[in-house]
Amino acid sequence: MLTVVVIALLVVMVMALSRALLGPTIYDRILAVNVFGTKTVLLIAVVGFLFGRPDFLDIALVYALINFISVIGVLRYFEYSNDRHQGDNP
Amino acid sequence: MIALLLEGVSVLCLGTGIFLLVSGGVGLLRFPEVFSRMHAAGVTETLAASLILLGLMLLAGWGIVMFKLLLILLFILITSPTASHALAKSAVHGGLGVDPDRNETS
Amino acid sequence: MLLLLAITALAIAWLRDLFAAVMLAGIYGLLSASFFVSVDAVDVAFTEAAVGAGIFPLLMLAALALVGRNEQTAYRRPLISLLLVSITGAALVLGTLDMPAFGSADAPPHNHVAVRYIEESPKEIGIPNMVTSVLADYRSFDTLGEVVVVFTAAMGVLGLLFTGRAASPGSATERANMYDHRVLRVVSKMLIPLILLFALYVQFHGEYGPGGGFQAGVIFAAGIILYAMLFGFGNAQRVVRPALLQILAACGVLIYGSVGVVCLLSGGNFLDYSQLLPDPLVGRHVGILVIELGVGITVASAMILIFYAFASATVNSEEVA
Repeated sequence: MLTVVVIALLVVMVMALSRALLGPTIYDRILAVNVFGTKTVLLIAVVGFLFGRPDFLDIALVYALINFISVIGVLRYFEYSNDRHQGDNP
Repeated sequence: MIALLLEGVSVLCLGTGIFLLVSGGVGLLRFPEVFSRMHAAGVTETLAASLILLGLMLLAGWGIVMFKLLLILLFILITSPTASHALAKSAVHGGLGVDPDRNETS
Repeated sequence: MLLLLAITALAIAWLRDLFAAVMLAGIYGLLSASFFVSVDAVDVAFTEAAVGAGIFPLLMLAALALVGRNEQTAYRRPLISLLLVSITGAALVLGTLDMPAFGSADAPPHNHVAVRYIEESPKEIGIPNMVTSVLADYRSFDTLGEVVVVFTAAMGVLGLLFTGRAASPGSATERANMYDHRVLRVVSKMLIPLILLFALYVQFHGEYGPGGGFQAGVIFAAGIILYAMLFGFGNAQRVVRPALLQILAACGVLIYGSVGVVCLLSGGNFLDYSQLLPDPLVGRHVGILVIELGVGITVASAMILIFYAFASATVNSEEVA
């Protein structure tokens, strides 16, 4: 069952990656990065479970933290620079 | 008996989680417009993550592993909707207004 | 996994929109960390998670806010540089052909000192995480060098960018808060203490699980940077003063170095912790803890300082314009 979860996670990660590559607007890319990050957290947790290495959960926790911080950072930056250069088309 | 029940519930959780995960991914890839993509990803993401973590927790049993999984679960429950909200808000402010008539194709 | 890595790297080089390239760099960090996880290098994955996926995009964004987001260089001779890069790449690949097969038992790294480290480390140092014992004890001199490099880099950025003028509240920085993110602020108020607490856990748990000074410093800095982004740089600089950070960054290196000098004074070699206390095992524990603390302090304050430097440079350039 866990293997199936890992495969499904990988498939969804590929989907998110292609959305990040295609993404017509910048918000698509941010969304894709966010989704990708959450899936990575899950992937690491499940893989750690599969290998019987509970240390991995620490890494998953760091990821959950870091993912949130970087999404917020990107959004802040983007609003800020939009504010500066009005008419800068996304 | 209890062990079997726990395993069954966990498989159920994981299975539903996988379904939500994949449907969210398909939505992220196939929907025609930014906000509907956000909707697809944001709505499924939280529930799928919580279901999968719940399934893992049921498999893990009591102990530090379960506590850490619970921590990750709480964290995702808090941050994921917040990130979606901030993203949607900044997309609205950033000039991509919600326009019901717009029908852009990707 | 490696295929995904390669695709992402190609896309980064290909995109002209630097902003999207930074986003992809974040994904690249996440991917390579998953790769490290799958080959069981937990500590490396931890570092990559904190640095590659977290701090690196943030600092790049801060730099982008300074220079604008479109690449402006005109490529004049793409063929020559392409040729050069291909030759270098081919040479590197040729070099790897000479290396022993991945994971084979008679590879040099598996015969030389690694065997001794793996066999003796539990006896000599007595902490479960071998990576920490190699990093902070056997190779402590190298780690001292790395800490000094981080410190020097921060000082260099400061010398180039930092004007020392704190952004006055109510000025351009505060205007960046125009879309009043109330939800974000409330949630972050809940999360920031948790993040800082988790950084301390990583700092002092480095002997038992993955983690240590470098990672903890980066996570700590990320927490402070989150605060700075949501509540304005002026406010953040009033909470964590740049002058204090400069002193702290120097103190971290000082702590590390003085541990070495103390060892020297009590009759051992430089950074030979077993001389610190009567019981060599306990002495080594204490030594590792103290130098990890020094590393953590230096890394955290260096990262926050670099971020402040970029932020204040952006604000100043805007006020001039």
